[in-house]
Amino acid sequence: MASEIVTEQQVKMKPKKKESQVVQVFRKLIKNKLAVFGLMIITLQLLMAIFAPFIVAYEPDEQILEATELPIASEGHWLGTDNYGRDMWTRLVYGARISLVVGIISVVIGLAGGITLGLLAGYYKRLDGIIMRFVDLLFAFPGILLAMLIIAMLGTSIVNVVIAISIWSIPGCARIVRGSVLSVKKQEYILAMKSLGAKDSRIIIKHILPNCAAPIIVFATMRMATTILSTSALSFLGLGAQPPSPEWGAMISAGQDYMWTSPHMTIVPGIAIMLVVFAFNVVGDGLRDALDPNMEYPE
Amino acid sequence: MTSQPPLLEIRDLKKYYPIKSSILKRTSGNVKAVENISLDVYEGETLGVVGESGCGKSTFGRTVLGLEELTEGTISFKGENIGGLSEKQLKKFKKEMQMIFQDPFASLDPRQRIGDAIEEAFIIHTNLSKREREERVRKLLTEVGLKEEYYERYPHEFSGGQRQRIGIARAIALNPTFIVCDEAVSALDVSVQAQIIKLLKKLQESHQLTYLFIAHDLGVVRHVCDRVLVMYLGAAAELAPANQLYNNPLHPYTKALLSAIPRPIPGKKKERIKLEGDLPNPSNYPSGCPFHTRCPLATAKCKNIIPEWREVEKGHFVACHEV
Repeated sequence: MASEIVTEQQVKMKPKKKESQVVQVFRKLIKNKLAVFGLMIITLQLLMAIFAPFIVAYEPDEQILEATELPIASEGHWLGTDNYGRDMWTRLVYGARISLVVGIISVVIGLAGGITLGLLAGYYKRLDGIIMRFVDLLFAFPGILLAMLIIAMLGTSIVNVVIAISIWSIPGCARIVRGSVLSVKKQEYILAMKSLGAKDSRIIIKHILPNCAAPIIVFATMRMATTILSTSALSFLGLGAQPPSPEWGAMISAGQDYMWTSPHMTIVPGIAIMLVVFAFNVVGDGLRDALDPNMEYPE
Repeated sequence: MTSQPPLLEIRDLKKYYPIKSSILKRTSGNVKAVENISLDVYEGETLGVVGESGCGKSTFGRTVLGLEELTEGTISFKGENIGGLSEKQLKKFKKEMQMIFQDPFASLDPRQRIGDAIEEAFIIHTNLSKREREERVRKLLTEVGLKEEYYERYPHEFSGGQRQRIGIARAIALNPTFIVCDEAVSALDVSVQAQIIKLLKKLQESHQLTYLFIAHDLGVVRHVCDRVLVMYLGAAAELAPANQLYNNPLHPYTKALLSAIPRPIPGKKKERIKLEGDLPNPSNYPSGCPFHTRCPLATAKCKNIIPEWREVEKGHFVACHEV
C-alpha cells in the first residue's frame, strides 16, 4: 500500500529544481527595470564609499588655493572645485561614505527598536496598549521636528543625528511589524507550534519574525532613502555634520552663498542626494512587488 | 471497553469567550463556545465529534489540549488533572497529546523546510543530537508514506494530501497517546481523504493511538469512529457507539442531522426532517435546552429547564426531556 502511494506522489510532484527564496525574489526584482537602475546606483554608492581613498586624487579637505571655484569639467577636477579649492569629486565620494554609514546605522538601530516593540505589541495583547500609545506619542511629532528636538537636547553632531533619526524610525517600524505579527500569529502553524509545546520566544523568533520579513525588508529599504534625505536636511540646517565635513547636505549649505557664481557647488551634491534617495525608493518598491507572492511577473 | 479506566475524563467543561464593552473593558456577556460537556475517552478508541459549523467542535478539541484556557470544569489525562495548568506544567502532557489541523496549507510554516518543521518536536522535547533528530525525521517521513528526500523541501512544493501527511508526521513525532484530528480530512478531496483515513487507521494500530476525530462529514465519521458525540451550540446532545447512533438516534437534533445524509438508494425516499429557523447566537444563549428554539418536540419544560445528560442505554447518553 505504502509503495503505491509513493509512486502516485512521484507523479504529482513536479520535477522542480530547488531554488532558495532569496534567489527567487532577486529574479523577480531584476525583471523590474527601475529597480535595476536603483540597484546600480546603490552599488555605485557602495563602491564609492568602500574604495573612496583609491578612486580620488585628493584629500576631502585638501585646499588648493590657486584653483578655487573651478567649474565642472576643469582639468584635473572633473566636477570642479569649491570656494576653498577643494575637489568636488573627492568630497562627493567621501560624502557617499558618510550618508551610507549614517543611513545604515540609523536604520539598523531604528529597526532593532521598532521590531522589538512591534513583536511584543503584536504578540502579547496586554503589552499592546502601552507600547502602541508610546508609539503614537512619537508619531505625534512631525519627524524632522522630533529629530531637531533630540539634537537640541543632545547637541549638534553627526552621532546625535544618527540617534535622532534612529528614534524617528522606531514608530513606523513598530506599527508595520505589529500589523504583520497580528496576521501571522493567527495562522494555524503558530497554533501547531503551541500544541507541540514551543516556548513563546521560540515561536516569535523562529516562526513569526521570518514570516514578517517581507514588510520589514521593504520598510528598511525605503527608510534608507528617508534617512539619507533627513541627514542631509539636518546638516543643511547646521544641526548635523559640521563643516568641513563633506556631508552632502553640509556641502549644499556651504554652496548656497555661491549659487550665482558657482552653481555646481550646490547642484552636484543635490543631484547625488536625489539619485540615491530615488534609488532606494525604487528598489524598495521593486522589493515590495518581488516579495509579494500574489504578484507574478510574466515569464 | 468500559472496564479499563478512561484515558481522558472530561467533566462539566465550559469555555466562554467574554464580550468586552468597548470603553470600560467590562465583561458584558459571554459567547458560550463549549457548554457543560462531560465525557470519557477510552484508550485506543476513535471518538467522533460532529455538529454544524460554529457549534464549538474545534474549540472543544483545543480546550481539551490546553490550547485554549478552559473557563470551568476539569480535564484529567491518565488520572492527572490538566485543566488550568500553566504552559510550563503542560509541557510534559503536550508530548502525549497532539493535534492534526484542518487546513494543510495553513498548518505548515511557509518559510521552514518540512524536515525542520517536524524536527521542532524533537528540539523542544528531547536532547537528541542534530544527526539523531534528522534520522528520526526521515524515518517519520517514510512512515507516513512520503520520501526521505522531501526533508529539504518547502511546504509550497507539496499537494494538500502530502501536506496533511507532513502534519501527521509532526503530530506523531513524539509518540503521543492522544491525537485531536480537527477536521483533518475535510479540506481534502475524496480520494485523498480515503488515503489519509487509511493512514490514520494504520498509525492507530501501530502506535496505539486514541483519536478525537472532529468532523462534519457524517459518512466519514460513521466509517472511522467507534463512538460519536453530537454537539449542538456548544453543548453535548447525544453520545453513543457509532452504529447505535446511526441506527437508533434518540435526540431530535441527531435525527434531523442524520436525515440530511444523502442516500445512494434510488426509489426509497426517506423523509427529511427540516429544522425551522436559524442557529441561535451563542452570545445570546437560549434558556433551558439549547435546541428548544428549533426543536419539533419542544414543550414548555424544554424552554425553562436544562435537560440532564443521562445514560438511557449502556453507553448511550442523551440530553433531552422527550426521550
